[in-house]
Amino acid sequence: MAHRTSRRVIGALMTGATYGAAALALLPLAAILAMLILKGAGSLNWDFFTRSSVPLGESGGGFAHAITGTLIIVGLACAIGVPIGVGGGVFLAEFGGGPLGWLVRFVADTLNGIPSIVIGIFAWTWIVRPMGKFTALAGAIALATILIPIVARTTEEMVRLVPNSLREAALALGYPRWRTSLQVVVRTAGAGIVTGCLVAMARVAGETAPLLFTALGNQFFSTRLLEPMAALPLQVYVYAVGPYDEWHRQAWAGALVLIILVLTLGTVARIITRGRRVSHG
Amino acid sequence: MAEAVLIPPPMRPAASAPAVTTAAGPARLAVAQLTAWYGATSGVRDVTLGFEANTVTALIGPSGCGKSTFLRSLNRMHELVAGARVTGRVLLDGHDLYAPGVNPIQVRRRIGMVFQKPTPFPTMSIAENVAAGLRVGPRLNHAEREAEVERALRRAALWDEVKDRLHRSALELSGGQQQRLCVARTIAPEPEVLLLDEPTASLDPVGTGRIEDLIHELKREFTVIIVTHNLQQAARVSDTTAFFYLGELVEAGPTAQLFTAPARAQTEAYVTGRFG
Repeated sequence: MAHRTSRRVIGALMTGATYGAAALALLPLAAILAMLILKGAGSLNWDFFTRSSVPLGESGGGFAHAITGTLIIVGLACAIGVPIGVGGGVFLAEFGGGPLGWLVRFVADTLNGIPSIVIGIFAWTWIVRPMGKFTALAGAIALATILIPIVARTTEEMVRLVPNSLREAALALGYPRWRTSLQVVVRTAGAGIVTGCLVAMARVAGETAPLLFTALGNQFFSTRLLEPMAALPLQVYVYAVGPYDEWHRQAWAGALVLIILVLTLGTVARIITRGRRVSHG
Repeated sequence: MAEAVLIPPPMRPAASAPAVTTAAGPARLAVAQLTAWYGATSGVRDVTLGFEANTVTALIGPSGCGKSTFLRSLNRMHELVAGARVTGRVLLDGHDLYAPGVNPIQVRRRIGMVFQKPTPFPTMSIAENVAAGLRVGPRLNHAEREAEVERALRRAALWDEVKDRLHRSALELSGGQQQRLCVARTIAPEPEVLLLDEPTASLDPVGTGRIEDLIHELKREFTVIIVTHNLQQAARVSDTTAFFYLGELVEAGPTAQLFTAPARAQTEAYVTGRFG
């Protein structure tokens, strides 16, 4: 009898411990969100989304230029990075058995581990300096450099999940290898690949360091790719270290908008993976 | 009926393979001295066998006897495994499928294959799955493609069950329906030979019965070769049966004869259930 009781007690304790660990893992996110809402939500108004920075001394103004800038820079980074990343991932999963595959995998993993500020310096050295100016394009390329290895590795994993029987079925129909990969394998892994891209997008949307050296930031509304451009994390940074209370309030609001953007991307990615499963039979 | 025998080459150039014929005349698909290798070991050794047009040939034998490897050598699927290769000849209408310069992709378009487990493409609808088979052929416009999809589904005895949900996911179908969908996808591009690799192994008796009925229909148009574990199935669907054991072809002949009066003791032991 005593034996049975102690077993139950230990079971309850362990279950409790896992719940506690889960709560602890959620705590930082909850704390950050609560803090941002508390400090930032008050500054969110129509102007914040429709107006750009105003000159010092004037009150009001908003983050329209930074929000637009982030959308443009991240969008361009995806346009550059997603095709390369997905292509690389498909190569790794379908044809990456040899030494070249090993090399690509090694490079991708190393690139994944490089601090983002180093990526920024790299982009500054090879793009900003030769061009002689800070540009949104350089920022997008820096973000794409971060995006590519993430997308490549998640794509590889998703493509590997596709059962070999489907490849054989396509090959037996007389599909060439490349067509089997593109029209059957990638299509089957599609939902997972999209999810990987969204997660990578969310990751780079919050990057600040690579943009400091490349897109630089801009107090004015600009959509020109070959000029400096504002971005949410940059604007938050500038306003947060500035001396004015008005700036601080807007920086909180900007951070809130940024985290909502990232959470939305993550949620959409979750919904896609849940809706359509990669597995088969 | 079709008895596979090896007849010495009549008037043929010295370099060519011995002619494989069946009792009914020259074989549609003829295999001569075929050995399928996995690296340094062979899964199938020195098989010579002919398949007559519009007949069903069953390949039987215990697990690991090489019958599936042999089947996969016929449409050049065997060589997709790393380190695998084939020696010997496979002649379709007299043309060697392993001759240098022959494109394995073209071979697979002429010799279709259905696998043990149904393999519908999961992100495609029922109609798209069948159309996927057509995509390797000549370009079709929308109406032509729809007509071909319907024709293939009718020939696979699936049309009546799916005609109202052609654009639903193929995964909504039962296992037996999925397997008939795979048959439809395979026959849509009009192959000449149909290889079935244990097509009913994962199906229930009703699904199995449907596929067996279908095989009787399919032999009107195709040369059908079926690998099966199920001796009753071989007896029910085939005209000719070939018994494989330990990578070698032991005996091949008319199904009735092979089951009732086999020439070799090994065959008799297997078909009477003494091993396997």
